[in-house]
Amino acid sequence: MNAYTFSLCKTQCIALPSGALHLPAHDVLCVSDLHLGKSERIARRSGVMLPPYEVQDTLQKLETDIAATKPSQIICLGDSFDDLDAAASLDDDMRLWLARLQAGKSWVWIEGNHDPGPIDMGGTHLGEITIGTLTLRHIASAATAEVSGHYHPKHRVTGRSQPAFLLDHERMIMPAYGAYTGGLASHSKDIRRLFNGPIMAILTGHKAIPVPVS
Amino acid sequence: MTPLPPTFESWFSKRGWSIHPHQQAMLDQTSAPALLLIAPTGGGKTLAGFLPSLLELADGQHKGLHTLYVSPLKALAADIKRNLRTPVDEMDLPIRIEDRTGDTSYTQKRRQRADPPHILLTTPESLALLTSYEDAPRIFKGLQRIIVDEIHALAESKRGDQLMLAVSRLQTLAPDLRRVGLSATVEDPDAIAAELARHPDPCAIINADPGPDPDISMLITQEKPPWTGGGANYAIPAVLDEVKKHNTTLIFHNTRAQAEIFFHNLWLANTDDLPIGIHHGSLAREQREKVEAAMVAGDLRAIVCTGSLDLGIDWGDVDLVVQVGAPKNVKRLVQRIGRANHRYNAPSKALLVPANRFEVVECVAALEAVKEHDLDGDPKGPGPRDVLCQHILITACAGPFDADQLYREIKAVGAYRTLSRAAFDDCLDFCATGGYALRAYDKWKRLLQTADGMWQLRDPRAAQRIRMNIGTIQDTDTLKVRLKGNFKPLGEVEEAFAATLTPGDTFLIGGQVVRYENLKEMTVQVSRRADKKPKIATFMGTKFANSTQLSQRILRMFDQPDWPNLPAHTAEWLRLQRQFSKLPEADRILVESFPHEGRHHICVYGFAGRNAMQTLGMLLTQRMEELGLHPLGFVATDYATLVWGLDPVHDPAPLLEPDNMRADFETWLSGNAVMKKTFRGAATIAGLIERNLPQARKSGRQATFSSDILYDTLSKYDPDHLMLRITREEAMRGLVDFGRIEEMLARTAGRIDHVILDRVTPLSLPMFLEQGRIAVAGAGQDRILEEEAARLMQEAGVSAL
Repeated sequence: MNAYTFSLCKTQCIALPSGALHLPAHDVLCVSDLHLGKSERIARRSGVMLPPYEVQDTLQKLETDIAATKPSQIICLGDSFDDLDAAASLDDDMRLWLARLQAGKSWVWIEGNHDPGPIDMGGTHLGEITIGTLTLRHIASAATAEVSGHYHPKHRVTGRSQPAFLLDHERMIMPAYGAYTGGLASHSKDIRRLFNGPIMAILTGHKAIPVPVS
Repeated sequence: MTPLPPTFESWFSKRGWSIHPHQQAMLDQTSAPALLLIAPTGGGKTLAGFLPSLLELADGQHKGLHTLYVSPLKALAADIKRNLRTPVDEMDLPIRIEDRTGDTSYTQKRRQRADPPHILLTTPESLALLTSYEDAPRIFKGLQRIIVDEIHALAESKRGDQLMLAVSRLQTLAPDLRRVGLSATVEDPDAIAAELARHPDPCAIINADPGPDPDISMLITQEKPPWTGGGANYAIPAVLDEVKKHNTTLIFHNTRAQAEIFFHNLWLANTDDLPIGIHHGSLAREQREKVEAAMVAGDLRAIVCTGSLDLGIDWGDVDLVVQVGAPKNVKRLVQRIGRANHRYNAPSKALLVPANRFEVVECVAALEAVKEHDLDGDPKGPGPRDVLCQHILITACAGPFDADQLYREIKAVGAYRTLSRAAFDDCLDFCATGGYALRAYDKWKRLLQTADGMWQLRDPRAAQRIRMNIGTIQDTDTLKVRLKGNFKPLGEVEEAFAATLTPGDTFLIGGQVVRYENLKEMTVQVSRRADKKPKIATFMGTKFANSTQLSQRILRMFDQPDWPNLPAHTAEWLRLQRQFSKLPEADRILVESFPHEGRHHICVYGFAGRNAMQTLGMLLTQRMEELGLHPLGFVATDYATLVWGLDPVHDPAPLLEPDNMRADFETWLSGNAVMKKTFRGAATIAGLIERNLPQARKSGRQATFSSDILYDTLSKYDPDHLMLRITREEAMRGLVDFGRIEEMLARTAGRIDHVILDRVTPLSLPMFLEQGRIAVAGAGQDRILEEEAARLMQEAGVSAL
C-alpha cells in the first residue's frame, strides 16, 4: 500500500499519496484547496489563457481516490473554487461530473477565503465540521485537534520539493489537491508559527512518505 | 564615387585619417535597400555605418527620427553615443543623438516619444516596446536608416528574429527605410544578408580587409594543468606575468562562476597590487559601470570577464586577450581575439589557457582551426513561432490590425519567408483564444475580431501586461545580493543557487567572499568575510556545445600514434588512457564501466557535443530504468556522458542500439526535464506564462512549478497544442540536438568497445567535477528518498506519531 497510516489526537488517519486524507473509522475522505476554475479566473482577470484542463485533471484524481476508499462522506476543506464566479461559470460537463461524484454521498463544502459564500452546487455548506476528535476548517486557528488547508505546504528532501501533509501532535495542515496550485515551503515562517511540537511531513507523490521536519 | 563634403574631408585630415575603402564603399552604396558590412574588430565599422547618416543630416533639414541604431548590449549603445559625439561636436553638426534602453528614465522615454532625436540608439527589446505604442506611426514616420550592429551575434538568437519582425513593421510605417548590418567575420555572410534584407530584396555585402592573421598561442606553464576542473588556478602566476608584460589584458572565461573564482585567486596572488577588475552579467549595474569607466580611462591593467565583454565596446588600448578554458567554437574564439589591438591592420595577440588536461587537446585543435581559417557554424532553422506569437501581441498593443497585412509583413522577414498561412493562423489563434482543442475561452478571448475584420485586444488594459513581458532573453530567475544594512547591491545570483544556501555559507561575488545571512524581501542579505575559503558560486554562465568541426579535429588527434604537438603532460595522460583503457575513435563508441564511491558508473564517449550528449544521457537512463538497473543520474560534457546507478551495466550494446534509441526517443521526448525547460522558455516568450506581473514579483520557484504542471497538463489533454509542437521542434534543434546523435550513430554503425575496469579512467576523470548533474526521477531515486526519510525518522527517534 502506498498510503501512510497514523493517528492524530486518537483519530486514525490515512494520508493518500495524492494528497487526500482518509478517516476510515468515520468513512470520510477529505481534500483541500481544489481551486477549481483557476484557469478561467486567470483568463478573466489577466487575459492569459492557461491550458483549461485543470478541472478535468483534479476531478479525475478525486474520482480515483473515491473509487479506492469508497467513503460515505466527502469533505472539501475550502478554496474548492478559485472564486465564486469560477464556481458559477464551471463548464456543464464538469458540473455533471461533479454531480456524478456526489451521487449517493454526503458532500460537505467548507468555506475558504477564495469561496466564502454558498455555491450553486449540491452538498452542504459549512464553516467547519467535527469528525471524531478532530475539527476540520479551512484556515488553522489557535484550537488544537484541528485539520486545515489554506497554506499549500511543500517539503524538500534530497533536493526534491513535494506537496506534503505537515503535522505535530495537535494539528495537521493538508497539501493542496488542485492541479494548478503552487506551494509554500515547510520552513517558511507563516507555516512554522502554526506548530508547537516537532513537525512531521508526509510527502505526496508516488507514495506517501513520512519524514521529520528539522 | 561619392566624395566627402569639405567639412568631413577636413575633419578626417585634421585627425590624420583617410577614409577606409569599406567606409567609402558604404557611402557609395548608401541608397541600397539593404547593405551588410563584414569587418574585423577595429576596422572603423561603426563609423562606416554612421557616416552616410551624418552626411544626410549635416544640412539640418531633416525633421524627426532619421537613423535607428540597434545593438545587442545596452552598454554598446551608451558607448556609441559617446564615440559619435566626437565627430558631431567637432564638425558642429546640427544632429541630436540619444540612447534608449531599459536603463533610460521614464521622463526621458516619454519625451523621446513626443520629440524623437535624429539618431536613436537602442536594443531589440526597447525597439519592440517602442513599436507597441499607439503613436508608433508618428514616431517612425520619416525614418531613413536602421543600423544593426553586431548582427552576427543577434542573428544567433531569438533576439535577432524579434528585431527583424520589428524592422518589417517599421518598413510599413516608413517605406523608404534602408537597412544596414554590421558584422564581425562569420562563416556564412549570405545567411546573415538574407536575414537582414526585406524578402525577397537582394542585399549587397561589403567585405573589409580582414587584416593580418592573429598572433595566437597556448600558454605553456611550469605548472601542469590539473586532471579536472575549470578554474585554471595553476596558470595564475603565468597569467599575472603576462599582465605585467602588457598594457591592458582582457581575461575571458566561459562561465561567470569561473570568472569569479579566477579573479579571487588572481587578486590573492597580485602582490604588486596591479589594478585588476572583474566584469560579468551577474554583477550589479553600478559595479559594471565602475569597471567600464575605469577601463575607458585606462586605469586598469586587466579585466577578468565573460561573454558580457564579447561585443564591440571600445575598451581602449587592449594589447592582449587571454582565453581561459577551451573556446568550444572557433568562430567565437576568432571574434574574441579581435578584441586585442583595437587598431586596424595590427595583428591581435591572444593566449589560450586550458583549464585541464582535456582542454589542452581542445585548445590545440582550436589553434589549428584558427590557423586554417576553418570557422564553424550550423545553419539556423526557420523563424521561431513563439517569437511570432509575441510579435502578434505587440502588434495588437499598438492598435487594431488586419491579419492579411500582418501576414504579408511577416513573410517579408527573411527568417519567416517560408511561413505558411496555416502556421500564421495557428499563432494568431493561439494569441486570440489560447488555441486549445477544448474551446474554453470564448468568453475571455485575448484578441477579438471586430465587425470590420480587424483584430484587437479584448481588454485594452492587457497592453500593459504584454509590454511588461516583451523580450526573448531567457535568463534564469535571479535575486539581488546586498550587504546587510547597505542599500547598494553587489550583484545577482540565481534563485536556485540562493535556495541551496543556509546561514553561514560563504560564496564569491564581485571578487569578494561573503557570508549568507538571510533572505529578506527577495534579496539575499550577506556580510563581508575575508577569512574563509568560499563555497563555489554556482551561478551559471552560458555553456556552448563544442562544434562538430572541433570534435572531429579532436578525434583525429586521438588517432595519432603519439602527440609531439601536445605538451608532455597531456601526451602522457593520453598514453595512460591508451594503456589502461582505450582512446575513443571516430568510427566507434567507447564505453567504460567502473565503480566509484559505491555507485556503478558507465562513461560513453560519443563526441556529439554537450547538448546531444545530454540527450544521450536521458535516453540511456530511461532504458536503464526499464531494465531495472536503478540509474540515479548523469552528467554530460562535449565528448562523453557519465551515468551512475545502483546496479552495474554488463552489456552496453542494447542501450546504444540505434532502432531502440529512435523508438525510445519519441516516448522520452514527451516526459523529460529538458522539454519542460524548453517549454518554459517558449511559453514565456509566446505570452502563456508571464515573467513580470504588475504588482508583486512572482517567485521564480513557483513559476518553475507551475510551468512544469502546465506542460504535464497539456501533454496529457492536448498533445497537439501549438506550444508543444514549438517545444518539440526547438528541443530537437537546440537542447536535445538529436541530429548529432543520429550523426554519431551513423558514424559508429553499432561498433561498440566495452572496457570494464576497477577504477576511474584517466579520460573520465574530468567528468567528476563537471557541474550540471541531472538526477533521474525514477525508482532508484524513490528508493534513496525512502531510505533517507527512514534514516531521518530513526535519527529523530520517531517511528510514527
